[in-house]
Amino acid sequence: MGRYILRRLLQLIPVFIGTTFIIYSLVWAIPGNPFAGMCGPRGCPPAFIEQMTQEYNLDKPLPVQYVLYLGQLFSGNFGQTFNGIEVSTLIQNAYPVTLKLATIALVFEAVIGIAAGILTALRGKGFVDNLVLAATLFLIAVPVFVSGFVIQVVFGVQLEWIQPSVGSDPTIGQLIAPGLVLGSLSMAYIARLTRTAMFENKRADYIRTATAKGLKPRRVVSVHMLRNSLIPVITFIGTDFGALMGGAIVTEGVFNIHGIGGLVFDAIKTQEGVTVTGVVTLLVVVYLLMNLLVDILYAALDPRIRYD
Amino acid sequence: MSATDDSTGGSSESRLLEVEDLHVEFRTREATANVLNGVGYHVDAGETLAVLGESGSGKSVTAQTVMGILDTPPGFVTKGAIRYRGEELLSATEDRRRGLRGENMAMIFQDALSALNPVYTVGFQIAEQFRFRRGMSRKDAMAKAAEMLDLVKIPNAKQRVKEFPHQFSGGMRQRAMIAMSLALDPDLLIADEPTTALDVTVQAQIMDLLDELRRERGMGLILITHDLGVVAEVADRIAVMYAGRVVEESDAESLYKRPAHPYTEGLMESIPRLDQKGEQLASIKGLPPNLANIPEGCPFHPRCHRATDECRRKVPELLELRPGRYSACHFAEELISSE
Repeated sequence: MGRYILRRLLQLIPVFIGTTFIIYSLVWAIPGNPFAGMCGPRGCPPAFIEQMTQEYNLDKPLPVQYVLYLGQLFSGNFGQTFNGIEVSTLIQNAYPVTLKLATIALVFEAVIGIAAGILTALRGKGFVDNLVLAATLFLIAVPVFVSGFVIQVVFGVQLEWIQPSVGSDPTIGQLIAPGLVLGSLSMAYIARLTRTAMFENKRADYIRTATAKGLKPRRVVSVHMLRNSLIPVITFIGTDFGALMGGAIVTEGVFNIHGIGGLVFDAIKTQEGVTVTGVVTLLVVVYLLMNLLVDILYAALDPRIRYD
Repeated sequence: MSATDDSTGGSSESRLLEVEDLHVEFRTREATANVLNGVGYHVDAGETLAVLGESGSGKSVTAQTVMGILDTPPGFVTKGAIRYRGEELLSATEDRRRGLRGENMAMIFQDALSALNPVYTVGFQIAEQFRFRRGMSRKDAMAKAAEMLDLVKIPNAKQRVKEFPHQFSGGMRQRAMIAMSLALDPDLLIADEPTTALDVTVQAQIMDLLDELRRERGMGLILITHDLGVVAEVADRIAVMYAGRVVEESDAESLYKRPAHPYTEGLMESIPRLDQKGEQLASIKGLPPNLANIPEGCPFHPRCHRATDECRRKVPELLELRPGRYSACHFAEELISSE
């Protein structure tokens, strides 16, 4: 197990360098002088542009720029926006919000999705199965901004059960409705994934063996069937959490949540290259670590993976 | 009407297991397949009954129905009786039947790799029975599991209980499967093609092991197979199945000497023999019948070289020709007395 983890960690290094280099070059390859629009209609004085170009190493070749940038990053310096705000401060403000929102969405999608999947598989074909299939299809078909707006208007504006606009530094309670919206799509996928896996395993030979041993049906299902069926589901949930941690631009936008998704989106719009590269690099690291976690979990759940 | 009427003549209380006139249907949306059409056989304690037949003859379905692990749907028992030590099982509660499984009757399956749960250690899967049927602690149960692996001659059992099924070789896996089935000391063991997935040399080892364990424990053993070679060495009696019925039943020796059913004849002729090298291997012409549409009369008649008009009209009953020798063929008497 230790060697497996070590190997996976080493594999992260080239992936990290590759992705961040691509991001770095893309962001600074956007045409136009990033400082051109900073000083109002008259344009910035040449001396200012020269100073900024030097400060951000823009006069050096791209690979050198990238290495210098990485060096800064590893010493904990995310740099400043052109307005002089520390990027790390921006991240510190936005990330806890994203983390809360992602966790709510994850708990929601995992609990409801897995429960619905198990229920349908155990009941077999019939009303419950059809209900879940139709409901999940509906959730998959409806775009998040639609369900987001509907919930915002109905429960926020008309019924006033929730706050339609969340604002900065929200509480867990304020994030529950947006979390449900954010997790609804994955919940539908998880329900279907669990259902399919359970149906497949229901007729597996080892389930027959477990029954032939005289184990109680409850144990056959909860120990023998469930563990095998959850392997693909856990993989999906882990990867999805990695994606959720990258922020949710649409959901954040609808409910006015100041999370990491909005931060990146605004930074791209205003050509804040330092913010974009900083935040996205962080997101890459988070995503890679989440994937590593999934792989470790996968190996823990399925012993056949461990020793290959 | 069939074998069962004749065999119930014996004292049914002393029989370990008795299957009588068992009918099972598989219902799908398209059709209903008559998978078992009046199967009857019995096993006594300490005895090996071999059940022979092609794929689809109903050998495994009978076994699963006995164990109470038939998938319903699609499988439905429509008629018949299964008695374990005189106790009728088909009308017993599911709780009672679950109680019998493992404790009184156990089953080993053909492909141990898929029959063992890939995500739990072999020891866990054996120990599970001690924990949940005997109330043992995790630790004690694991120690018992190691004893069981030792019993089936798996070397280094204390280490191997911690390993997963995929880390075992084919033969070792089947041994582990046997250990698992014997954990609660059942007195009836059903082995469903236990050696089919194994190398020839390993096959012999597993058969020897099963035979030895049966003898030591005085178990009744039902050995399901399509391999006549496997049967010859260990079976006391043989029941040959075709299209969901027993078509011949006999002690092993007499059956090998002189089969009393053309189907059994065909099976025996299809065994490769060294003295017939170079000749084309004999096979039974045609295919097993479609169970949703079994031919009228003797189900074997389309493939039988002796078939007459009578065979096409009338289903032959399973009759006792000699003491302990049964055959369901209109020509059984001719076959058995021919030289």
